[in-house]
Amino acid sequence: MTYELVPLAVLLPFIGFLINGLLGRLIKREAVIGAIGSAAVGIGFLIGLNVLFSMLAADPEHRTHVVELFPWISAGGLQTSIAYQIDPLSVVMLLIVTGVGFLIHVYAIGYMHGDPGFWRFFTYLNLFIFAMLNLILADNFLLMFLGWEGVGLCSYLLIGFWYDRNFEKGTTGDAAKKAFIVNRIGDFGFLIGMFLIFTTFGTLRFAPVFAQAEAFPVGAPIMLAITLALFVGATGKSAQIPLFVWLPDAMAGPTPVSALIHAATMVTAGVYMVARCSLLYALAPATMTVVAVIGASTALFAATIGLVQNDIKKVLAYSTVSQLGYMFLAMGVGAFTAGIFHVMTHAFFKALLFLGAGSVIHAMHEEQDIQKMGGLKSHVPITYRTFLLASLAIAGIFPFSGFFSKDEILWKAFAGGHIVLWAMGLFGAILTAFYMFRLVSLTFDGEPRWAHGKHPHEAPATMTVPLMVLAFLSVFGGVLGIPAALGGGNAIEQWLEPVFRPALDKLPHEGHASHVLEYTLMIVSVGVALGGILVARRWYRSTTGVPEGIAARFPVIHRVLVNKYFVDEAYDAVVVNPIQKGSERILWKGIDVGVIDWLVNASARFVAYLSRTVRVVQTGVAQGYALAFVLGVVAILGWLLVH
Amino acid sequence: MITQNILSIVLALPVLGAAIVFLLPRQAAGAIKATGIAFSLVAFVLSVWLFIAFDAAAPGMQFVERVPWIPSLDVSYHIGIDGISLLLVVLTTFLTPIALLASWDSVKDRLKGFVALMLLLEMGTLGVFLSLDMFLFYVFWEFMLIPMYFIIGIWGGAERVYAAVKFFLYTMAGSLLMLVAIIWLGYYASTVEGGHFTTNLLTLYDIAPSIPFGIQSWMFLAFTLSFAIKVPIFPLHTWLPDAHVQAPTAGSVILAGVLLKMGTYGLVRFSLPLFPAAAIEFLPYVAALAVIGIIYGALVSTVQPDLKKLVAYSSVSHLGFVVLGIMSLTEEGVQGGMLQMISHGLSTGGLFLLVGMIYDRRHTRMIKEYGGIARIVPVYATMFMIVMLSSVGLPGLNGFVGEFLILLGAFKSTFLASRWYAVLGASGVILAAVYLLWSYQRVFFGKAENPENAKLKDLTVREWVVLVPVLVFIVWIGIYPKTFLDKSAVATKQVVQRLEDARRGAPAGMALVPVSNGKQLLP
Repeated sequence: MTYELVPLAVLLPFIGFLINGLLGRLIKREAVIGAIGSAAVGIGFLIGLNVLFSMLAADPEHRTHVVELFPWISAGGLQTSIAYQIDPLSVVMLLIVTGVGFLIHVYAIGYMHGDPGFWRFFTYLNLFIFAMLNLILADNFLLMFLGWEGVGLCSYLLIGFWYDRNFEKGTTGDAAKKAFIVNRIGDFGFLIGMFLIFTTFGTLRFAPVFAQAEAFPVGAPIMLAITLALFVGATGKSAQIPLFVWLPDAMAGPTPVSALIHAATMVTAGVYMVARCSLLYALAPATMTVVAVIGASTALFAATIGLVQNDIKKVLAYSTVSQLGYMFLAMGVGAFTAGIFHVMTHAFFKALLFLGAGSVIHAMHEEQDIQKMGGLKSHVPITYRTFLLASLAIAGIFPFSGFFSKDEILWKAFAGGHIVLWAMGLFGAILTAFYMFRLVSLTFDGEPRWAHGKHPHEAPATMTVPLMVLAFLSVFGGVLGIPAALGGGNAIEQWLEPVFRPALDKLPHEGHASHVLEYTLMIVSVGVALGGILVARRWYRSTTGVPEGIAARFPVIHRVLVNKYFVDEAYDAVVVNPIQKGSERILWKGIDVGVIDWLVNASARFVAYLSRTVRVVQTGVAQGYALAFVLGVVAILGWLLVH
Repeated sequence: MITQNILSIVLALPVLGAAIVFLLPRQAAGAIKATGIAFSLVAFVLSVWLFIAFDAAAPGMQFVERVPWIPSLDVSYHIGIDGISLLLVVLTTFLTPIALLASWDSVKDRLKGFVALMLLLEMGTLGVFLSLDMFLFYVFWEFMLIPMYFIIGIWGGAERVYAAVKFFLYTMAGSLLMLVAIIWLGYYASTVEGGHFTTNLLTLYDIAPSIPFGIQSWMFLAFTLSFAIKVPIFPLHTWLPDAHVQAPTAGSVILAGVLLKMGTYGLVRFSLPLFPAAAIEFLPYVAALAVIGIIYGALVSTVQPDLKKLVAYSSVSHLGFVVLGIMSLTEEGVQGGMLQMISHGLSTGGLFLLVGMIYDRRHTRMIKEYGGIARIVPVYATMFMIVMLSSVGLPGLNGFVGEFLILLGAFKSTFLASRWYAVLGASGVILAAVYLLWSYQRVFFGKAENPENAKLKDLTVREWVVLVPVLVFIVWIGIYPKTFLDKSAVATKQVVQRLEDARRGAPAGMALVPVSNGKQLLP
């Protein structure tokens, strides 16, 4: 019975979506709308907990269940259903999505207070949860794709939520459209991946696909093709090089959206998909390398941009891109559990950071520029303290949650012999600590740099309580993955072991590395992170002039970083503009109007000319026409018969 | 009685309605409109009954009626349906009352003629889908042109005459070749042992595949050219944007929703099964043109300043998908193509309805005249969003199901023998998001700065009634396509099987052996 309730967890947000979507305008009362939206997600969390406990009671080998609802797309050899697979991996994701999702829904009741689109906001938010749950609970690739595109739609709707506002050089609508289209480029890869899977295995259901995949040798070319195509999808959804460009712009949406969709849940879908297909990836070592390199590069690349951004949400956005890079690094080096563990801890601390940023923005009356903040510590004490804890967690300071998950990734990279990738990750960790505490110092420390008219105040309880819950999780969430070297049982690794076992069996076994080495590396990474924090605090707690001096000494580098390596500009010049101009000038006005229609009209004119010439036979005498007609028919029939 | 003649009744209802409309006094505008809608609604109800009564598991034609017409040439009034025509019949009867209701206020001039012509158009279209006799088919095919020509030419926009003539000539050019091919086919039937001149499609299914390859190729090309113009397949599409932009809303809805499908239907019903050897030879080229159409239509659509023209070009792209699916000759692809015909009728038909609604209010279709109107007309904006997403192919809505099956079929097709068709076709999925989302953004998002838009009224009750049925099917097909896929499965399988047999050299249904060498029949 427990597992049969899972479809209800999926359905409830959809019902919430329908109620608020159809009646929200009439209900009007924010408390009711918010309660419906939050409850729809909160009950899902309780169902998830119930499933978790049943699973804990069950034997590890018997924790996978499939609940089938009804047939979906079936034609020829293709049979797909709306069916949900509940196993240790999907239940972890279910708890993250509904748990963090619930907290963010509650927070949004306070944050969106007074917005004329309040009901619309909760409508979209519930629809998002519905799509996200389909994504993570699907028992086949096609249903996963439904969730995959569905979350993309909700992301689009929510980025453009304030659709008549300006955002940077354009409007929120530009940012929303960009997110959807870039994601669609990734989805193109996902589609091709599904076609390859179907032609190879004859089904799109996970269980039979993976069962058949066992028979393939490591390095089979078809596995390379499948995993690379799927990974294109992952780079889109999870904002990796080269498709990361949409995520920073996604900050045009309301801040709870940034926390829920563009930090905690949706953007980790790519990581989840790779984890779900871990066996296929393990069979394609070349793809694993690609994933690891893209992940490490993105982690480092995005962190460098984060160093110089002045928009509080922009810093966090690049930080998210960077942290997602770590998760892919984990996948690429075969540390699947560590990757999922980081998905979880990141969901806690990054959601908290965004919600904290939202609280700050709220207090500062929609100001997002950290150059115009400072000294907020005493005005928003709860926000400050929780934000600080989250920053320590993301910086990887012992014993906060981020330490355990990030260190696990770096350790697995090192132990697997990927020294360069490890070094990139470590350097990224220094930068992370630095940019986070630059952010903390500029926002909360030092003298106020804002106008005197403002009176920053702490947010209401609907907002601060979720902050405190998430702070608790950010601090203590790491206990689930305390490594053996530190005397822990690494609970999450054991929990996910049955899911990743087939994949791990295909990977080369690393030699048993010593605990001494592991301790050393831990100390190194915590040490450099502390270094990053201290430097940032020294430079930014008060106006020192040091950063400005460095920027002045390296103007080119500074300009490149501030402008995000000019990637957007390059894409516009190489892809967007040529397609737009080419479509208009060459295809439409050239081929369509200039060539094809010209030919059509010219032949019409030619016929008209001929008609004028032969008009003489048009006597107007009907009998003459009839005669000619009959003669013609006779001639044709006669000709056919003779031959 | 009703069961036996159900198809004839469905076919006759619009004619009867048109006749009554003609008898009504010109001033009785309400009665004229009500009569038109009532008769088309009854036809729809009957076709729903047909849909339910249709036995999905049985192969071959159902509800067949046959009455000799010209016995000496074995021409008969011969109609029936199978899984391929069933869905299109329902689509036609579904869209006609909607189109009529949509023009309730927008057509005031010469209303009688308009309603009567719309009903005759429905009859002509239904006849095309129901005919099992080539001659009868041709009569309906040509007949249908006449009401459409007048609907565009009389109730159209500023350049309606140019558009109407272009539409007429383009289509005529193709269909004349088809007429020659039909006559030749009938004649060929008389040359086989024990055969006689016939236009009976079911007999020709057995005879035609034995036509020698050389002539079969000419036959295939003659039919396919005619269908390709109707679809339209690139580069024969330039009549479409003009016809759509100039046509009144109801005309556009029927044109996009149903008339274009006569072309793709013709491919499945005639081109492929009648001339399998030639089809196998030529289908990679047709599929290549389809893929070009997918990408080309989408790209040209992106840069259109006129919202209606944008939707028109998007049809070129969407119909490219349908043709690609059919040419894949896999069950998945052809089934996807069939369903995509329906889906396109709903989504593009829906978009034309929506564009018509805003045009009725502002008398412009230029995108730059709008902007930020989501705040002024939120319900309209929501409806537009859902229909747009259906057109984009969002999973959970109708467009995705067909597109996915088509691309999957093209990908695994052994007839196409290259995965590039599917891979390039799939790029159309990205481009669809580009042109639709961009235009949506420019119309609905941003600040409402044009004062002309400030007083726009949101949807009226009548407009709700027009749109809601479309939305119901958009969601239904998206979530539970089985209702529709089941009906077309058997017929689709038969077509695919036929072509596969032909490739293996098995004489599928070629019981009759030609007595004369076909090569001599035509130069």
